[in-house]
Amino acid sequence: MQRIGVFVCWCGTNIAATVDVEAVAEALSHEPGVVYSTNYQYMCSQAGQDMIRDAIREYQLGGIVICSCSPRMHETTFRKTAERAGLNPYMVEIANIREQCSWIHKDKATGTEKAIILGRAAIAKVHLNAPLIAGESPVTKRALVIGGGIAGIQTALDIADAGFPVDIVEKKPTIGGKMAQIDKTFPTLDCAACILTPKMVDAAQNENIRILSYSEVESVKGFVGNFHVTIRRKARYVKEDVCTGCGLCTEKCPQKKVPNEFNLGLDNRRAIYIPFAQAVPKVATIDPGYCTMLKTGKCGVCAKVCTAGAIDYKQQDTFLEEEYGAIVVATGFNPIKLDRYEEYAYAQSPDVVTSLEFERLMNAAGPTGGTLLRPSDGQHPHTLVFVQCVGSRETRDCGKPYCSKICCMYTAKHAMLCREKYPDTEVYVFYIDVRTPGKNFDEFYRRAVEEYGVHYIKGMVGKVIPEGGKLKVQAADLLSNEQLHIDADMVILAAAIEPDESARSLATMLTASMDTNDFFTEAHPKLRPVESPTAGIFLSGVCQGPKDIPETVAQAGAAASKVIGLLVKDKLTCNPCVAEADELMCNGCSSCEKVCPYGAITYQDKEFRGPNRTTLLRRVAQVNPAVCQGCGACTVACPSGAMDLKGFSTSQIMAEVDAICK
Amino acid sequence: MQELIKAKAIELLESGAVDRVLGWKAGEFFYDLTPAVFTSAAEVERDFVYSVFSGANFSKYLIAESRKEGKVAAFLKPCDTYSFNQLLKEHRIWRDRVHVVGIACDGMCDIDKIRAAGARGVTAVERDGETLRISTLYGERTMAKADAEAERCVHCKSRKLVAYDEKLGEDGEVIADSGRFDQVAQLEAMTPDERYAFWRGELSRCIRCNACRDVCPACSCEKCVFDNPKSGIAQKAAANSFEESLFHIIRAFHVASRCTDCGECSRVCPQKIPLHLLNRKFIKDIDELYGDYQAGADLETKPPLMAFTTDDCEPSVVYERGGKQG
Repeated sequence: MQRIGVFVCWCGTNIAATVDVEAVAEALSHEPGVVYSTNYQYMCSQAGQDMIRDAIREYQLGGIVICSCSPRMHETTFRKTAERAGLNPYMVEIANIREQCSWIHKDKATGTEKAIILGRAAIAKVHLNAPLIAGESPVTKRALVIGGGIAGIQTALDIADAGFPVDIVEKKPTIGGKMAQIDKTFPTLDCAACILTPKMVDAAQNENIRILSYSEVESVKGFVGNFHVTIRRKARYVKEDVCTGCGLCTEKCPQKKVPNEFNLGLDNRRAIYIPFAQAVPKVATIDPGYCTMLKTGKCGVCAKVCTAGAIDYKQQDTFLEEEYGAIVVATGFNPIKLDRYEEYAYAQSPDVVTSLEFERLMNAAGPTGGTLLRPSDGQHPHTLVFVQCVGSRETRDCGKPYCSKICCMYTAKHAMLCREKYPDTEVYVFYIDVRTPGKNFDEFYRRAVEEYGVHYIKGMVGKVIPEGGKLKVQAADLLSNEQLHIDADMVILAAAIEPDESARSLATMLTASMDTNDFFTEAHPKLRPVESPTAGIFLSGVCQGPKDIPETVAQAGAAASKVIGLLVKDKLTCNPCVAEADELMCNGCSSCEKVCPYGAITYQDKEFRGPNRTTLLRRVAQVNPAVCQGCGACTVACPSGAMDLKGFSTSQIMAEVDAICK
Repeated sequence: MQELIKAKAIELLESGAVDRVLGWKAGEFFYDLTPAVFTSAAEVERDFVYSVFSGANFSKYLIAESRKEGKVAAFLKPCDTYSFNQLLKEHRIWRDRVHVVGIACDGMCDIDKIRAAGARGVTAVERDGETLRISTLYGERTMAKADAEAERCVHCKSRKLVAYDEKLGEDGEVIADSGRFDQVAQLEAMTPDERYAFWRGELSRCIRCNACRDVCPACSCEKCVFDNPKSGIAQKAAANSFEESLFHIIRAFHVASRCTDCGECSRVCPQKIPLHLLNRKFIKDIDELYGDYQAGADLETKPPLMAFTTDDCEPSVVYERGGKQG
């Protein structure tokens, strides 16, 4: 029997207010094997840890139980304490009497009773703990960044600066992302392209960065330090290394009626195109959905005019297999589709636009050359109505429950720019709240109201009716409690933003968790905001939650520093709590292999001694401890009970259940 | 059919195509046929029997037989081929050492049904088309073969051979309206108390002979959890007559999504416990929750309980909340 020490933490009043810690320590001192039991205000403090260390030495403890907060919080802390005192760190068990007990109970008697039961279960478990020794795995010193927007570019630049090779995978023909489409940036009103495009060039020129544009991640295998990724390089029908980006083909292509996605369909491009002038890589791409040559085999104009001979109609998708040590997700966002918001007449009138479309209409490189013109008739609009929170903070199922965070500020920016460039316009902004927490943000918004005379009206627009070349806007002013009717020339909708549609399938590939809105979940919302709970997967930009450019860049840098911290290591310590197959029990049925989400289980035909000096050849499972993440799926799938999880063995869990039910 | 099968067995042995043949021979009683291994044509001539009582499923025997030197031939009925496939899927049988002769089958008989029809002192049963000629100590009698069919054959799920190297006779098709879940549905319609009483009545008769486990093709572990002291559920004396219910419930869980519904468990049970109903309940639930799935129908489809998809439903959502999430 182990000599067990029990340490009950008060966690200040977090535990002690609802749990009688002295009674718990006293009750647990009578459990089998317990030779020492105590309580202390803060077990995780230096003094508390010293107390544990001294008790381990003085009472020759073989296992310890800490009744405290969640193991997610301080298991590592106490394992280190045990290790310092000469005890194997896996001889520590945590009874979570805070999150699972004191925080959810109000009655002290109930809380105390439950804390004792939880402590008893941990004691029963620690009796069966075995010392575990963590193994090591090597680290591939190369990072993959998925997404080539500002988040991905910044992360890649920072990782590359530290001397590690980085690949950026971008599904579009160019990097740059949403920021490349933006005109000016709040609150300084500097031009987005002027600050983004130099970074795009930096990335292209950095010898540590390889840009894989027009490519997508096809599959991800492996684990932290050793990811094996297959990347699909989509056929662009143009040889990337031959094309000079002269753009002649994009002028000569006879297929002129292709909606230009870079301008959100506000104008047309050709079937062969370079998304915008500063595209990186500056290489043409043929759109197979519109190219006459690819569809009918008759045309070939681009190949004729291309002096470099870069056109290749026979190009096929190719697959690139690469090894990476770390993966950064920077998949970004899109405005939501507005099909279900009929009241704003988005589908009926071309003069009802989203804010991102408005951004293109204001942009010097946009479809109107930077002059604000109505999409319907090309006339100068005089009355503009901005509607905020379209789909954000929406409890109906067609919208998003969260605040998209950036809309208040870009709407203020749009309103201000309109008034500045066209003082003859009347600009109305309908809002639920104006949210401007950020450096110089509120000042910016006040300038829009006070200096630029933008009419901010608290209330929502009920209906937009296109009529006689005007947009009749019906709205409510909640402060003066009256109905408003505005004849607008344009209505601009601040559509909610949502994660890119590729995020969900990517999360499955990476086994990275997501929230209900398809934003990637952090390992800890406060303390580990740029790491995914899956080791080796990092988060950068809006894929984790709505954020503006400065926040995105800050998070991108943070993610890069975490990646660098991983890549500088030569070896990683593996989690020793991994599955293990008992070869004598295993019948090789493959149940475990089928359920293993990490591909950690393989089979081999192994010789065993049979009766009468015979040799039996049997198919048995083997777990790769470096790949196994200890999820335990195999242990329940195995019909023979041959699979067991070290540190969480079936017998340990049954002992806990028995102790709880005692 | 018997002559066809015997001729095939002899042909396979004499040509040297196989070294052994797995078949049936007479047991203590004529209706109690025993699986046997034949190594020569003479043995086949002398002992081989194929009759309406050749119910034994040979798939499981092939686990051990295929590991021996040389090649073994086995005669598998349609339902047996499902078990065979399932075992192949689980890498339990070395396929290249097995020669499967699929044999068409239109249902085996149950001696208890013949007795229940009033036959006493039965000494022989001969099939003549759709009629059984029954010899008894008290004379000859006949009955329709259909009336003597074993329960599992009355509700046969498939007459199709899903795995074979060659076949004898013409096999049939999968039977969609087998009605095999009717009795499960009746049990589901009972109140929990009624159902408990039903199972208490049935499972309390268990003498824990382990025949169901030993015959079950899905129970092919190197060491059964019930024999493994480390599992914590290994054999112990039952505290009361109903305690063996846990054995059956655990076994049903262990074979869930791997059970092909061959019905061997109920056939061999000396206490006549309808054990197949437990397995059918699982099969019915799996079909309802994850879509129709027949274990052993092919070698590719992933068993639903071992293939997780994001579209998988939550059983409690389906059964307790009427399909409503949240």
